[in-house]
Amino acid sequence: MNIPITVTVNGEVHQCEVEPRKLLAQFLREDLSLTGTHIGCDTSGCGACTVLVDGVAVKSCTLLAAQADGTEVKTIEGVASNGTLHPLQEGFREKHGLQCGFCTPGIIMTAMDLLEQNPDPSDAEIRHSLEGNFCRCTGYENIVKAIRYAAEKMR
Amino acid sequence: MIPAAFEYHKAKSLRGALGLLTKHEDAKILSGGHSLLPAMKLRMSTPERLIDIGGLKELRYLRAGREFIRVGANSTHRELASSKRLAKAAPALAQAAGSIGDIQVRNRGTVGGSIAHADPAADYPAVLLALNATINVRSAEGDREIPIDDYFIDLFMTNLNSGEIITEVTIPVTPSVGNSCYLKFPHPASRFAVCGCAVAADVSGGTWSSLRVAYNGISGATFRDQGIEQALEGQAISEDSIRAASDNAAAGAELMGDTFASEEYRRHLAQVFARRALTQLARG
Amino acid sequence: MAALIGKSVKRVEDKRFITGHGRYTDDIVLPRMCFAALVRSPHAHAEIRGIDTADAKAADGVVGVFTGQDIHKDEVIGVPTGWQVDFKNGDTMKEPPYPVLADGKVRYAGNAVAVVVAETAGQAKDAAELVSVDYNVLPAVTDLAEAIKDGAPQLFDDVPNNVPFDWELGDKAKTDAAFSAAEHVTTLEFTNQRLIANAIEPRCSIGEYAEATEQYTLYTTSQNPHVTRLLMCAFVLGIPEHKVRVVSPDVGGGFGSKIPHYIEEVLVVWCAKQVGRPVKWTAERSESFVADAQGREHVTRAELALTKDGTITGLRVNTLAGLGAYLSTFGPCVPTYLHGTLLQGLYTTPAIHIDLTAVFTTTTPVDAYRGAGRPEATYLIERVVDQAAHELNLDPAELRSKNFIPPFDGVNEPGYQTQVALQYDSGNYEKVLRRAMEMVDYASLRKEQEAARAEGRYFGIGISTYIEACGIAPSAVVGALGARAGLYESAGVRVEPTGKVSVFVGSHAQGQGHETTFSQVVADRLGIEMADVEIVHGDTGSVPFGMGTYGSRSLAVGGSAIVKSVDKIIAKGTKIAAHLLEAGEQDLEFADGKWTVKGTDKSLAFGDVSLAAYVPHNYPEGLEPGLDETSFYDPANFTFPYGAHIAVVEVDMDTGKIELKRFIACDDVGNVVNPMVVEGQIHGGIAQGVGQALLEGAIYDEGAQLLTASYMDYAMPRADDFPIFETDRTETPCPHNDLGVKGVGEAGTIGSTAAVSNALIDALWCLGVRHVEMPFTPERVWQAIQDAKSA
Repeated sequence: MNIPITVTVNGEVHQCEVEPRKLLAQFLREDLSLTGTHIGCDTSGCGACTVLVDGVAVKSCTLLAAQADGTEVKTIEGVASNGTLHPLQEGFREKHGLQCGFCTPGIIMTAMDLLEQNPDPSDAEIRHSLEGNFCRCTGYENIVKAIRYAAEKMR
Repeated sequence: MIPAAFEYHKAKSLRGALGLLTKHEDAKILSGGHSLLPAMKLRMSTPERLIDIGGLKELRYLRAGREFIRVGANSTHRELASSKRLAKAAPALAQAAGSIGDIQVRNRGTVGGSIAHADPAADYPAVLLALNATINVRSAEGDREIPIDDYFIDLFMTNLNSGEIITEVTIPVTPSVGNSCYLKFPHPASRFAVCGCAVAADVSGGTWSSLRVAYNGISGATFRDQGIEQALEGQAISEDSIRAASDNAAAGAELMGDTFASEEYRRHLAQVFARRALTQLARG
Repeated sequence: MAALIGKSVKRVEDKRFITGHGRYTDDIVLPRMCFAALVRSPHAHAEIRGIDTADAKAADGVVGVFTGQDIHKDEVIGVPTGWQVDFKNGDTMKEPPYPVLADGKVRYAGNAVAVVVAETAGQAKDAAELVSVDYNVLPAVTDLAEAIKDGAPQLFDDVPNNVPFDWELGDKAKTDAAFSAAEHVTTLEFTNQRLIANAIEPRCSIGEYAEATEQYTLYTTSQNPHVTRLLMCAFVLGIPEHKVRVVSPDVGGGFGSKIPHYIEEVLVVWCAKQVGRPVKWTAERSESFVADAQGREHVTRAELALTKDGTITGLRVNTLAGLGAYLSTFGPCVPTYLHGTLLQGLYTTPAIHIDLTAVFTTTTPVDAYRGAGRPEATYLIERVVDQAAHELNLDPAELRSKNFIPPFDGVNEPGYQTQVALQYDSGNYEKVLRRAMEMVDYASLRKEQEAARAEGRYFGIGISTYIEACGIAPSAVVGALGARAGLYESAGVRVEPTGKVSVFVGSHAQGQGHETTFSQVVADRLGIEMADVEIVHGDTGSVPFGMGTYGSRSLAVGGSAIVKSVDKIIAKGTKIAAHLLEAGEQDLEFADGKWTVKGTDKSLAFGDVSLAAYVPHNYPEGLEPGLDETSFYDPANFTFPYGAHIAVVEVDMDTGKIELKRFIACDDVGNVVNPMVVEGQIHGGIAQGVGQALLEGAIYDEGAQLLTASYMDYAMPRADDFPIFETDRTETPCPHNDLGVKGVGEAGTIGSTAAVSNALIDALWCLGVRHVEMPFTPERVWQAIQDAKSA
């Protein structure tokens, strides 16, 4: 039996009925057509599906849409405001922090959580904070630089 | 990736959750979902019903009092890892919480969920043993306190009865709890413990006192190393005695082996990590 | 207009990716689309006695359930391999079919048996669990040496000993003679373990069939959509190629694993026609682990003959190469022509011979994985050379220098003819090694190493120098070697009337930044803004027939095709400009986006000429209107990037855990169009190469079940596994393409694995450790230390 949920995504309130087994990642992609949130694995490892739920980074593949009822979700599509890139988005472009781009939304969302908690992270802290995100393209170095760029810019 | 279908009930209160659980004995309790949902996505677990207690604020607290540290079952790993008070009052617990998974997992995963799941490679079990914690559970029949030494039975098996929900982990405030640490050798893929060693001891008198040593990751169930505890209890603190005791770490215990780490190697890690943890505590 | 080539221009593709507007295959939703789930064999080797689909067919939402019998009676045959490598004795390669769905037998765990199509992905998966397959389980075989023995389980009746082909290269007699005369022989036996590519985007395919027009569309995660279309139309489904469009939109990483033409691509297209609706299949990661082609898997014995003073006189290699259960698209090519041909390395070794046996096992098929054959060759050479240096008590850098091929530019000095069929284009090998040693401060580091040992700290310095054959490849050469296709590349350059430029390329990016690099090339050559250039790729409906992206070929081959077309545009534009300027063509020069009459200020802008080409009112007589040129570029030779990598590792002697302290890479990839992009490719390559050394490996149990079948077990490199990469380049232009480029996609992976390996052995040689198999798990290292201590 489907269940009703109300979720605020990128500031917009959505009232929907979902199958209980629907994961938040699938809800975002399929029901709301927000395909910037990617699904890269089925064991909560890769972090490609990371979004913010009530302000903290969460793997949206390991959360039922039903569990997100009543929460505020932010996805990569909601990061830029009025066409202005967020410093993290800018950092990824400036520092070549992405190649194929598939892991990028998840990493940006994780980094938003990091910078919220720790506005001036060391390189080691940035690397450690990414332990839940895989990137197969960049070797991570330019991702670290991109996050550092954003941290400096946001201070 | 897609779990088998199930019915979903969102509990509005603990009482309501217990009512649902009485009505649906086959139901599984869902809190953060970070142990249960991964298993369901691989269809290794196919419950017909979930009762979601994740939203229950009454189970989400962290109180460091004079006699006890009380951790509500719905507290997230992140809340434990980032608590300065906990880091001082029970450092091993904060360290274990901070070593679980990754930021995203720590944001959602809960203490209650982890210990109910009882993965032998999870990080809390050894720490709770070393800190002599009590697991508080509630059912329709009432409350029950489970001493930690009785709680973990085997691989994914606990003393928890059907119809019971974990409500709180209680840790006594003692000198040894305040002087505790958790050291972990993580699996490079899963980041679960290949060997996790938790040690708590009062060393204020220059001797080992109230020493408790426990491991997770090396065997099918977490266990205390009473060999080391007995060898050192009351002894003067010295590098030689630490080495001698830790050379016998996990003696007689049946350990796990897999393609990443054989039984022999896990035994060796137990020795190394016992030595490192004891050395760290010896500094007080 | 400033020159664009050589500039670190920010990537034009980034904006869509950082805002969540990339368009990957799984993002596509088509009207009335339904979803496929595959029933895969849980057994590695079994006969199928029967398949009962009744329950699945009756399940909620099910649109269709199909088995091998359904699809193969439809005159569909298996997916073919792209290479034919015949036996040493001239016998034809054994080429058993790779059925789309199992033909009565399964040969690896994960082999597809049936497909269920349903309204939702969840319903498809639920119903797939209801398909009941009656298996007669047969013994599995995973060990290569075991698989070729008499009496081993046979995958195919007509492939005796599970050997589809054997192969050799080089002069055996000369090499044996070198060994007979050798003053010193170094022998190394090792496994180059199987890896799983793990592009973060799982594969996805959507098939669509329009009955009214009889047109098929396949959206798929592919590195080479035209190759996929050709194989699927001509060899598998037997459908008309011109009625099939293959679209590969943004691709989330490939690394070789999205080269092969896969059975799932065939299935969605075939099913779409059966059910009359679009059908989507998206791999779950658990499926990717067993169903994506895997990489590497060599078991090798390598011997190096030397004089006492360290001059290499011969290299002899025996290799068993695992191909898995079926011949994948590039399967036969990787261990042979992309591996054996690279065994010269950077050295003047005068005699080389490789004897190779390809082996089927009941495991997932093996194909290209970043570097494909060349990392295996580099690992082999660099490990055995390093071991020889240790044995002869020579510095590993000195032994290498002593044997390097002397510098040659390929223009004034000829290319270097190797003992193993290739002619290197240009190189200065000593220079990259010296630079890398300077970067790491080699002499001081050696002193530090000695001092550290005195304190009981063990760190090692590992050198790896490599060469790779890229820019794949001259068609006639590869045709003679067994390729069933040419390996040219195509590019169409269409100048629009307003002077904007659309470029249609057969290359296809999966993160390499083609839209940026190609735009730089075009804009630079035409003297226009990059913003006025659009790169179109990944769609057979719009780009000319092209071979796709792999083997570090896109800029060297695809870029060269672009240059050819751009030059044709300029030539035609010159005719138009000459007419309009009333000057002779020879009196015009084209620069900065305009044609100028030499010595005058009379000029005509690019946009004026393009407009005239499409509004040909005042126009040269006899000249066709339009400004639109297509070219095919077939390279004259491979390109040969090379470099020197140095790794510094420290070993935790208590646990055997290794920490990578430093990584230095000095690479020469020829000329560079975008240094930022090139450095990014090197970084990513290093991470994968280091990953092989330290973390990654596919492990099958005796029943051929993949034990490392999820991210809980297969160790992917993470951010905190790496130090900062210290990189630099030398630039030795490729002499045989206009851009002078050699390719960079695989360099980092090819060089780095051996550097880390050599560093580990360098750290522990003094204790008696001689070799550790990859990946260097802490236990393996710890065990090696214990074994050495007790020896």
